[in-house]
Amino acid sequence: MTTALLHTEDLTKVYQISAGIFKGKKSLTAANGISLDINLGEVVGLVGESGCGKSTIAKIIMGLEKATSGNVFFAGAPIENMDREEMSRRIQPIFQDPYSSLNPRKSIEAIVSLPYRVHKVGNKAQMEARVEEILEIVGLPSRMRYSYPNQLSGGQRQRVAIARALMMSPELVICDEPTSALDVSVQSQILNLLLDLRDKQGLTYMIITHNLCVVEHIATRVAVMYLGRIVEEAETKTLFANPRHPYTNALLASVLTPEPQLGLPETHLGIAYPNPIDPPSGCTFHPRCPKATKACKQTRPEAMVEADHLVACHHPE
Amino acid sequence: MEATSPFKEVTFPTPMQMVYRQAKRHTGFLIGGTVLLLIVIMALAAPILTPHDPYEQDLDARLAGPIWHEEGTWNHILGTDNLGRDYLSRLMYGARISLLIGVMAMLISGVIGTILGVSAGYFGGRVDMVVSAIITTRLALPIMLVALAVVALVGGSLPIVVLVLGLMIWNRFALVMRASTQQLRSMDYVNAAKTSGCSTLRIIISEIMPNIMNNLIVVATLEITRAILIEAGLSFLGMGVQPPLPSWGLMVAEAKEFMLFSPWMIMIPGSAIFALVLSINLLGDGIRDITAPEGR
Amino acid sequence: MNALLEVKGLHVDIPLEAGVLHAVRGVDIAVERGKTLALVGESGCGKSLSVLSVMNLLPQKAKWRVDRIFFDGLNLDHASASQMADIRGSKIAMIFQEPMTSLNPCYTIGNQLEEALLTHKNVSRQEAQDRAVFLLEKVGITAAASRLRQYPHQLSGGLRQRVMIAMGLMCDPPLIIADEPTTALDVTIQAQILALLASIQKEFDMGMILITHDLGVVARIADKVNIMYCGQVVESGEASDLFENPLHPYTQGLLRCIPIPGKTNPGAHLGSIPGMVPTPIGQQIGCVFQNRCQYVMNQCQSTRVGVTQISAGREYRCLLDPETCRKNMNKGKRK
Repeated sequence: MTTALLHTEDLTKVYQISAGIFKGKKSLTAANGISLDINLGEVVGLVGESGCGKSTIAKIIMGLEKATSGNVFFAGAPIENMDREEMSRRIQPIFQDPYSSLNPRKSIEAIVSLPYRVHKVGNKAQMEARVEEILEIVGLPSRMRYSYPNQLSGGQRQRVAIARALMMSPELVICDEPTSALDVSVQSQILNLLLDLRDKQGLTYMIITHNLCVVEHIATRVAVMYLGRIVEEAETKTLFANPRHPYTNALLASVLTPEPQLGLPETHLGIAYPNPIDPPSGCTFHPRCPKATKACKQTRPEAMVEADHLVACHHPE
Repeated sequence: MEATSPFKEVTFPTPMQMVYRQAKRHTGFLIGGTVLLLIVIMALAAPILTPHDPYEQDLDARLAGPIWHEEGTWNHILGTDNLGRDYLSRLMYGARISLLIGVMAMLISGVIGTILGVSAGYFGGRVDMVVSAIITTRLALPIMLVALAVVALVGGSLPIVVLVLGLMIWNRFALVMRASTQQLRSMDYVNAAKTSGCSTLRIIISEIMPNIMNNLIVVATLEITRAILIEAGLSFLGMGVQPPLPSWGLMVAEAKEFMLFSPWMIMIPGSAIFALVLSINLLGDGIRDITAPEGR
Repeated sequence: MNALLEVKGLHVDIPLEAGVLHAVRGVDIAVERGKTLALVGESGCGKSLSVLSVMNLLPQKAKWRVDRIFFDGLNLDHASASQMADIRGSKIAMIFQEPMTSLNPCYTIGNQLEEALLTHKNVSRQEAQDRAVFLLEKVGITAAASRLRQYPHQLSGGLRQRVMIAMGLMCDPPLIIADEPTTALDVTIQAQILALLASIQKEFDMGMILITHDLGVVARIADKVNIMYCGQVVESGEASDLFENPLHPYTQGLLRCIPIPGKTNPGAHLGSIPGMVPTPIGQQIGCVFQNRCQYVMNQCQSTRVGVTQISAGREYRCLLDPETCRKNMNKGKRK
């Protein structure tokens, strides 16, 4: 049995979408055969652009969606066997939008203490003490417990979301674009906080984002997704120094850092945009790939692992 | 060095404080609320305030005009009806009936409609299909005809009217609650509650309901007025509350024959219905404006 | 002076429940033909409001005043609303963040493109259609003629944004205003759209105002940069100079916050700017950045901070002299 904290095997999720009033239903494969391991203490980054399926994977792991096929194992045991309460104690999410992840009609104390009250862990005094403790850990003043979300800034709300996630001392935290909706100066505060908490609280993260700079800074391993499949996976340093898949290359080239001398990058991708309901044949990336050949159009490339570096491409670098 | 801000600290109000501040300034809300409050006080204090027994007949003094007519007396400020009953007293007791019917029907239909609507909105899929079918069926039934049929079968009375109305006017509750719930069910805080281990029922009551309360209240005010108007109509047709109860609708019906010579008899209960319905509508509009979702 | 658009002393006030919000205070904007000016700042800095006010597109409650507006040879200080509307349609192309809400889902692309021209210029529908095809091809859309009959929902986000750009160009305007044009797009599409904007600008010798919060985008595409914070421009200058030698503590702080693959140390703490942006209600006393600045002094809390000019177009708003600012920046770099 694997020693990974989180082990997913061939995870697939297919949605049935109505294609029109009289056209019946079409299937949308949001995630296709995702096999991913997250070991204790790691920060695994799942990167990709819109429609790649990374959020779907996160939802399946958190129990918010059911996979169409495939297995998820948490600490060796299948996730279906975990009841809702146990799962909520061990896996917690942090969502992207700090404005919709907090109930506007509840006070901060009510929001943060929700997991505590649901699990009926202690009495009111213990709950209040824990709320105080957790607010301090995330860097919020204690008096904020009486405020309401509309009185807080985006960064403060995200800290509240983090506090709620840490309330029951989870093992795995799934961060779905935790800083994408925040200003740059707040983003770095939250990233620093997440790094600190990982050390102090012994957390393991799965971080889902489209921001490669953030991923390079905070993740230990990175998996790149395209149209529902993992096309490349390696340790962060390796992936950024030596990307092997053409899509990863294009992604890295597209990153715009504040270095004016570098000008605008040339990604060598066409303007064709894939339709997830009707994906291209063979390798789904071939219409946009500068290195596409006939083989790429016909057969789907298998994932090959070489020195802990996974690539799914017919012509890797 | 003491950190100072270039601007004075601005504290943003809590949601409750914002509602309170806006309520103070909203003219519709204030007017509607005041008039409604007066009517409610009149209804509640009727036994103390009425100068006469609303059922006591005094055939010598029948069809006496109100105080602003030449023959009006202070004994009967709003005159008397065709059986000599004091109109003011009947009006005040009539308020009780109208409000009672309105509120009770609203409560019954509110419970039914909210349960159906929230279930359909939250669960979607088959539940939504079934509830939508139920709503469509209900919309196909004209309330008046159903009410008339029921009354024809079992006879008209106050409890019957309340029950019929309560079981029929829930459609708007269901539709509005369904739409509101649908908007909220994909919010991240609902997902967060799920991942915190909340049961479905807890999520609905604790996360969703507080956020759809404002819509619920607005619809509730609308349904009170709807119930009052339908009851007035039914009573006018003789199919609602039975005489000698002083329902305002019944008073209008009984005053129909005397419209030409004693117009006040129809105008007074008619104006009362108008005032009550208007005030509740203004109040409902005000609540909707005040509790409208604010920008960030 | 090649100024295409020149705005001096812009103020925007929004009356709120808690008082009047002075969203923009004394901002100057200057764009030349063939050059890109970037207005950069975080949320609430007033960058969008500044431009929307000049275009007369502010929400009703907001009030704005300006000392001077000068556009393409015209003095617009006292222009009427209809004059502004006419200029807006025919001489300024506006591209917004969400192409889906800028395009009407009920009409075809071709229809909307042609309308953009026909409302302002007296040409035949055929001429308008020809120009539409011409511009669609210019923005890189293949099979342009058949695209004219498509509806917005049939196109992807990147394609829609290209259509928006083509629509803006229909009247051959001298100025483009792009408000977060690539924020809602995928990263791989972003670079393409920006390259497209840059090439269009060069080819038609247009001026461009780019509004964004993304410093990376600004660095790569802008000629001049105005860094905005809480309603004021705190630093401005040529992009190459400003990013190499940021002077204002806010600019320096911002640049330290951004992780750069290969440059910043992975896993280590990123630089950060403590505190929050203040809400500009009431009288401003002292420097706008005082509560978050690591170099704050006593004078910063009481003195009105004016603009220090190093050279033409290179300015910043701080009481510290340029030498000290440069030293501060180097201190930060050595970390």
